Amino acid sequence: MSSPTSTPGGRKRNRNDIPATPGSIGSTSPPSQRRRGQDSSNADLPAMPTSPATDIASPTVHDTSLFSSPRRSVLPSEVDMSSPLMYGTPSSRVEGTPRSGANETVLFREECTSTVFDLQTVASEPSVGQKLVIWGTDVNVGTCKEKFQRFLQRFIDPTSNEDENAGLDLNEPLYMQKLEEISVVGEPVLNVNCGHVQSFDADLYRQLICYPQEVIPTFDMAVNELFFERFPDSILEHQIQVRPYNALKTRNMRSLNPEDIDQMITISGMVIRTSQLIPEMQEAFFQCQVCAFSTRVEVDRGRIAEPAVCRHCNTTHSLALIHNRSAFSDKQMIKVQESPDDMPAGQTPHTTVVYAHNDLVDKVQPGDRINITGIYRAVPMRENPRQSNVKSVYKTHIDAIHFRKTDEKRLHGLDEEADQKLFTEERVKTLKELAAKPDVYERLSSALAPSIYEHEDIKKGILLQLFGGTRKDFSQTGRGNFRAEVNILLCGDPGTSKSQLLQYVFNLVPRGQYTSGKGSSAVGLTAYVMKDPETKQLVLQTGALVLSDNGICCIDEFDKMSESTRSVLHEVMEQQTLSIAKAGIICQLNARTSVLAAANPVESQWNPKKTTIENIQLPHTLLSRFDLIFLMLDPQDEAYDRRLAHHLVSLYYQSEEQIEEELLDMAVLKDYIAYARTYINPRLNEEASQALIEAYVDMRKIGSGRGMVSAYPRQLESLIRLAEAHAKVRFSDKVETIDVEEAKRLHREALKQSATDPRTGFVDISILTTGMSATARKRKEEVAQALKKMIQSKGKTPAMKYQQLFDDLRGQSEAAITKDMFEEALRALADEDYLTVTGKTVRLL
Amino acid sequence: MPSSNDWINNPLGVVEEMFVQSNSNPEWEAKVLEYFKGKLKEKQAYSWIPSLNDVPLHYLKPNSLVKFRCLVQDMFDPEFYMGVYETIDPSTKAKVLRFGKYKDVTECGVDLNSRNTVTAERQTFYCVPIPGETLWAKETYARSSQARVVPSTSYIPSRQKRSYEEDDEMDTQPQKQREPHTELHANGDSKRQETEAPSGQTTSPSNASSPLDLNFPLPGERGPACLVKVYEDLDSFKLNDMLEVYGILSVNPLLSVLCEEKDPSASLLDPTESMETPEEQRAHDPPASLVPRLHMLHARPLQHNNPLLPSDRAEDQHAFVSSFMVEMASVRAEFLAYLTHILLGDGLAAEYLLLHLISSVYARRDVLPLGKFTLNLSGCPPNSSFTESLHQVIQELVPCTYRLSMTLHNMNSLRLVPRKDYVANRLVSGALQLARNTSLVLDETRLEQGQLDASGVQNITALGNLISWQKVDYDFNYHQMEFPCNINVFVTSEGRSLLPSDCQVPLQPQVTPPNLEEYLSTVHKAQLTSQINKFRVYLSVAQTLDYSISDEVTKAVEDDFVDMRKDDPQSVSAEDLHRMLVVARLLSLSLGQTSLSREGWMRAKHIDMLRRTRSQPQTTVNGNEP
Repeated sequence: MSSPTSTPGGRKRNRNDIPATPGSIGSTSPPSQRRRGQDSSNADLPAMPTSPATDIASPTVHDTSLFSSPRRSVLPSEVDMSSPLMYGTPSSRVEGTPRSGANETVLFREECTSTVFDLQTVASEPSVGQKLVIWGTDVNVGTCKEKFQRFLQRFIDPTSNEDENAGLDLNEPLYMQKLEEISVVGEPVLNVNCGHVQSFDADLYRQLICYPQEVIPTFDMAVNELFFERFPDSILEHQIQVRPYNALKTRNMRSLNPEDIDQMITISGMVIRTSQLIPEMQEAFFQCQVCAFSTRVEVDRGRIAEPAVCRHCNTTHSLALIHNRSAFSDKQMIKVQESPDDMPAGQTPHTTVVYAHNDLVDKVQPGDRINITGIYRAVPMRENPRQSNVKSVYKTHIDAIHFRKTDEKRLHGLDEEADQKLFTEERVKTLKELAAKPDVYERLSSALAPSIYEHEDIKKGILLQLFGGTRKDFSQTGRGNFRAEVNILLCGDPGTSKSQLLQYVFNLVPRGQYTSGKGSSAVGLTAYVMKDPETKQLVLQTGALVLSDNGICCIDEFDKMSESTRSVLHEVMEQQTLSIAKAGIICQLNARTSVLAAANPVESQWNPKKTTIENIQLPHTLLSRFDLIFLMLDPQDEAYDRRLAHHLVSLYYQSEEQIEEELLDMAVLKDYIAYARTYINPRLNEEASQALIEAYVDMRKIGSGRGMVSAYPRQLESLIRLAEAHAKVRFSDKVETIDVEEAKRLHREALKQSATDPRTGFVDISILTTGMSATARKRKEEVAQALKKMIQSKGKTPAMKYQQLFDDLRGQSEAAITKDMFEEALRALADEDYLTVTGKTVRLL
Repeated sequence: MPSSNDWINNPLGVVEEMFVQSNSNPEWEAKVLEYFKGKLKEKQAYSWIPSLNDVPLHYLKPNSLVKFRCLVQDMFDPEFYMGVYETIDPSTKAKVLRFGKYKDVTECGVDLNSRNTVTAERQTFYCVPIPGETLWAKETYARSSQARVVPSTSYIPSRQKRSYEEDDEMDTQPQKQREPHTELHANGDSKRQETEAPSGQTTSPSNASSPLDLNFPLPGERGPACLVKVYEDLDSFKLNDMLEVYGILSVNPLLSVLCEEKDPSASLLDPTESMETPEEQRAHDPPASLVPRLHMLHARPLQHNNPLLPSDRAEDQHAFVSSFMVEMASVRAEFLAYLTHILLGDGLAAEYLLLHLISSVYARRDVLPLGKFTLNLSGCPPNSSFTESLHQVIQELVPCTYRLSMTLHNMNSLRLVPRKDYVANRLVSGALQLARNTSLVLDETRLEQGQLDASGVQNITALGNLISWQKVDYDFNYHQMEFPCNINVFVTSEGRSLLPSDCQVPLQPQVTPPNLEEYLSTVHKAQLTSQINKFRVYLSVAQTLDYSISDEVTKAVEDDFVDMRKDDPQSVSAEDLHRMLVVARLLSLSLGQTSLSREGWMRAKHIDMLRRTRSQPQTTVNGNEP
């Protein structure tokens, strides 16, 4: 590696190395500097054809004032203006870079220890002439600086919804407010969204992308001038650094190619490895062993020229390197791997090496998903002193300028950014066209798992689950978040393609997890604390439920899950959080996941004579948390069989092209869901709320006639979620009556399947909410009353034999009384404090 | 223009000529490709080129054109290289434009500052010989090659180079850390090569003795691994693709020297160098003498790995298949008889085994793979080498196969699923990284009672996923990545297998030979090679045939299904229909019929009925619920 120092980090490091307060430096600005400032302001402005024509032609008073007071700008007092380092020789630009053109230009800048070096470059330029540009580029520093200052002062983005800008007045210049923030907070970093730069001045953006090494220092200068003019008394740790992010140039690691070398790029990926901190020598300190004369030598392209002769005493080879007086800077190597979503199927993910410098070191951990903005580099393999030929391969890496964690916010608050997928305009158009079709709901539901036959309502339910409801935050009123996720349980005979449906959903959603109840433990679902064998650090490892935050957790063989595992689901399915108290770590993680579970009946075949609860033997507390419970039963009907057979046979002889079409559908469906989830947040309108109220009242009425409760507020919440999801399907911002109608219908269908009391044939919600149908409860009460009556009729007998009582009751009652029923009746009476059961005797109280 | 054989012996010369002629017009690259493609199209051209698979590396001339039949095991990151660069002669200062394509190392005196430098991109694939390739396939390939490799001319120089390399290492790097290791290895290696070379074995340091893990998917594999540099159509290649690569062999010893030379002081100042862990260095830049580089000029994706089928051109293949179709039915009868003998006289099991052997995933409907037919042969005699002998038979029939003995120890200790090693930055292979249509025999009779640990459970889950969805979830540590596959899984077990399967057939031996092994080997030996060859062709042809169902038959099948359901709705489910449709498909194909006939459907129903009646009592006896 001939020039490892060719990094933009060098630039930052330099700024760090000299923590002198800018104010003190600025006070002694050389006259040449001032002249330059005036030059640029007077001469540059009118001659700026490339900049947006808006309000530039006549510089405002503000502008002139800015430029006429360059005294405030951060300037070096100690820099030798005639330093030969300044321009680097033209060859140094090209050396070591694969392409001619813009490349190692910055070398000189980095090697120079002075922060202000940048300014010098600029300083000398205008003196030669306006047309002067930095060698190898078309960047004129003065123009560029001015443009950027104008950008900072004028850029307004009223539609901004970035969370970083929270609390800022969107109608005021955005970056000026940020500068103000810097003056208050004292953290001298200004993050600049390249998208903003682009919309403000496309030419400036192009220069930033193509010549980041030249343009970013220029930006730094501009910002610092502006800042210290505004806030002359601020004291910062070092100068403000501009950190551009969100360069639109490249999104995907795979699309990096030689053309991107030395350009600014933004890629997304996952950190897989970080190195230890590497101290990188910036300046070597030598001391003469004879006379103790000391000298400093800067690192030049990774090498230190050891002085052969002491300048002081003229002894040869007497100078020794003193390590602890040399200057070092931090550096870290980070390996980033392509994120799985970006990859074509059947290939392995690519990795890229990223170097972080100074304060960017240790900003990211392995496993983080990040967006990196940086400069793409390629350096030839190190020349071998003994070998005249070299390997013809370059090593590539990215010098990081800015990290942005994409999953950071998942731990707190909403994360629109994380889900934000970029949709091209055509894509949005096709999606909207699709949404406008009247039968979009049917279309989408039939596109869902086409290989699985029929079960239309189940597919519709799953479709609504994929869209989810609208998230509502009531935490200010103390109720916390309302669940927006729809949970669905599928029960039914084995072999009714439940698993296949789950697999399909798992493959469809970006953040899906698939687990089987049989194989998963409570920790596998939630999170566990692990000790890193190397660092002895405790690490929180997340399980399926946390991993599927904002996605769908598919749990197969739900019934085979152990009791303790199931218990964690209680919290997740209603509160959407996961509390952990383990090994000293107490925390609450978000688990806003929809649960799609599948359960088999206990008796392997569904018994239609039993209720759902009896068939699958799951606690009703858990069941009531499912919005929709569907039965997937074998209908055993000729017409159905025929359609099924046709469907399956056609599956086996359809040609490849038809299959291709289906695949395309899946991609559209994916995008459709992603788009709706990100951009559509429907709210109830007046009519719809009225309809919901009516629906709920109706549901309550059905039951009250027979003396039972047929709906609880939970059902109302389900209805709202389903209606919202249906509105999302239509890309509608309003929940309307039709949405409520469909929600009602689907909810009823599901209830009809799962909550029908096999004894009476009525739909009875209490089967799901209390685990027992109202008729069963009634019977239980009757038995208890009969027993009580019988005991009372016996007169004053404080104690009775258990067995005898049972026999008496059996003899008295017309209906057959089982031992279970008898015991239940005893328990009921004991609860009334009427009697107690001790061993084999029953005592009255 | 180059003379007749120059393009094989000195392909770089040909490229050079074109490059010079082009006058730095970038079209020369396309021209080169076209030229070699044209040459390879010539009749028999394929067979003139020596193959890395059957010629020892040291017999091959460096920088000559060779071919390599391989599986893409791993794909490394793309790399940038100097496509065109300029050199300066130190004495005359004359500048010469040169090309870096198809080369690892530049010429002397590169002018790094030249404006004529063109950077280009290429990718490296780590390729291994096709895992589980059977002996007969290897031998047939080797026989069909007409490449004249003359050891006397190329052997000696390559030996000299090797020893030079060793000397160099020892002289210049006396206090190198890994030195004792490398030295020992290098010596051992060259010795082995000398002893093995005459016997025609491929050069391969066995994994055990070598510090360098060549990362073969299956244990006990041998053969050269190769770093294939790919220049064009990077996106068209996928992991686990079977390829026949035609490329320029590069074993430049400089490569190993360049990466071996580690100057400790330099690495201090040069942190980028020290970034690469030694593991990564070793995985990505192994010595060229062990892992040669191959610069791809042309690659032929292999649909099958059967050397008995013509592979050269589509029309040849077509003609061959249509001529073979006539014989299909008769070959099938012979084959069935042979399998019946092998399976101790059980005709039904033989029929199913035949269907299994020609099955292949031909399409996927969302998550559902179509055409897979996993067979579970239950009732195999326990504690005998029955499965082993059976596997030996299968080995003689199919081009690629592997037997996985599912002992408790194996299950707990083997690495079935490939895993990404982030330290070495490579995909560590596992036994389930197999080429398409590899026959995987799982020997469950070896499984005994005991405790499965975490990795054992993972392995069993991986096998289950493979069978049910024909996919393997590669372990990328932070996430898993799904790779679809097409592997024929055959499970032998005593009772019903604990793994899922599409179809379970209990073995009902008609003969009980006193000595099973002897019996099987006599049956096996009784077959003539010509006949075995016919079987081999038969299996591969049947696997590749197209298939359709007419509307009329569709209707009949539907009616039939409805009727069956009417009679007994409990016993016939959608899953049964799925299976019967696959059986019908395979049955038709096995007879060389490319569309389903009514009779074919009835036959499928019939044998499925036979199978069910056979397995019914057994399931109740075992009490093994699905």
